[in-house]
Amino acid sequence: MKAPLLTFWPCAIAIFAAGFIFTLIADNEFYFFASYVVLQAVIMATAWNILGGFTGYVNFGSAGFFAVGAYTTIALNKAFGLPLPFLILAAAICSGIVGLAAGYLTLRLKGVYFAIATLAMSIVFETIANNWEYVGGASGAYILTPDDSLFFDSYIELLFMLILTLAIGSAAVARYMSSSRMGRGLAAIRDDEVAAECNGVPTLKLKLISASVMGAMMGVAGAPYPFFVTYVDPVSAFNLLIAVNAIAMPMIGGTASWIGPIIGALLVGGAQEIITVTISSEMNLLVVGVMLVAFITLAPKGIVGLYQDYRKKRRRQ
Amino acid sequence: MSEPILQVDGMTKMFGGFVALDNVSLHLDQGERLGLIGPNGSGKTTIINCISGALNNDAGSVLFRGKEIHRLPAYLRAQMGIARSFQIPRPFRSMTVLENLCLPIEYAASDRLDFLNIQKQGMEVLETIGFVDRANDLSADLTQVDLRKLELARAMAAKPTLLVSDEAMAGLSHSEVDEILEILMVLNDRGVAVIMIEHIMRAVMRFSERIIVLDAGKKIAEGTPDEIVQNPDVERAYLGQ
Repeated sequence: MKAPLLTFWPCAIAIFAAGFIFTLIADNEFYFFASYVVLQAVIMATAWNILGGFTGYVNFGSAGFFAVGAYTTIALNKAFGLPLPFLILAAAICSGIVGLAAGYLTLRLKGVYFAIATLAMSIVFETIANNWEYVGGASGAYILTPDDSLFFDSYIELLFMLILTLAIGSAAVARYMSSSRMGRGLAAIRDDEVAAECNGVPTLKLKLISASVMGAMMGVAGAPYPFFVTYVDPVSAFNLLIAVNAIAMPMIGGTASWIGPIIGALLVGGAQEIITVTISSEMNLLVVGVMLVAFITLAPKGIVGLYQDYRKKRRRQ
Repeated sequence: MSEPILQVDGMTKMFGGFVALDNVSLHLDQGERLGLIGPNGSGKTTIINCISGALNNDAGSVLFRGKEIHRLPAYLRAQMGIARSFQIPRPFRSMTVLENLCLPIEYAASDRLDFLNIQKQGMEVLETIGFVDRANDLSADLTQVDLRKLELARAMAAKPTLLVSDEAMAGLSHSEVDEILEILMVLNDRGVAVIMIEHIMRAVMRFSERIIVLDAGKKIAEGTPDEIVQNPDVERAYLGQ
């Protein structure tokens, strides 16, 4: 699943252009709200997969990093009123550092212990947010969206284009990490950490890079979130559903390649949006659950794995 | 005589209160073949864990090509030229045989080659051990003897100056043992010093120029294969009295 360089960037530009045309022709703002949620999921699934899929460390604390990004935005917006690109950069740096620190403290743990540690870490952050009055404490914070929406018709169109750009950027980062020297080192760590170390792979360094990049990308996903929902409280920002989605989507799409989480996020996120509108907003949780169970039992390597097996079979025939 | 490639002095390793290695010293010359034997639990694997960096020894020094390495992480030791194979093969299961070899070429040998050249070198290693037709097989699908060969091939790919082979032949048939021995000899012919840990006496006796015997964390004998066979202490350690 390694798209050559020549096809990745034209595709990325085409998707970007299609998104832009979409803002020109679509009137119904719902489409942008729904697409925003799906694209946010793309970034988070991609971020989770860098540590969870490439490196093999299952992380339940995604919501923690996401919320660090969101709260960085709230705090800096309140303090300095910085423009959105700076807020995103700041959020990436903050959650990247949190990722590095968390990695340093927890990456010595293996398997289920690591998963529990990350979950606990997320709860620690939630407690801090609950008690930090400056960003609203437990009652939450309101964010006013700026009146200015550049040359778009509404602010949500601007946010949509922003998150689309960020999603494409995340895909590019993940793609680079999976197909480079580093990606091969990460795969070795996932397969057998001791053997990797004995073959010259600096495992601790690579794991810390992987955790930092994961944290930074989660933060990037969380940074525009306060402007999207205009009201953030710890319960919504640290929602376990965020963490569950970030795990389920790569699992369903396939964790071994960079494209798997994107496919999973588009599929699951898209299905959730459609079901929320057509059936009920409660049903979408059930859908994730059922899809996850179905894929783990029937196709543990996800959609990408199914596709690869299919191609292998065809080649043999 | 040139400077030894590996010089271990007074190596001690404790696991809690249990002394796994008690003041063990050994040295290895360039290109030498050393056999390391001893009953189960005598500390053979612990020694090579301490040499390769999977464990840190509590006391003593490890000099590799004149440099103190006993506090260095394992990956740096691998980059310096210490390769090891594992008692229970530990392939990178999601990778093909060739990809398994590309990893040490890329990381341990660290010549910063482009990926095409890395693959070319990987194929060269496969040719020397007659494994070319398995290059694109998934390592998870290999048989036990092929996994052992992959372990050695991966160690070879790292372009080491010292190879520590931990029971590469346990559980293999007579002819398979010969195949593995042949690979080790090829490596040694290229100037790689080899420490071989093995229970199969036929293989150790044939392969080693010198043998060290461990019992309960202590070195109890050292000498040529013939001397070791006649050593009463060794007989006592293996058979009891």
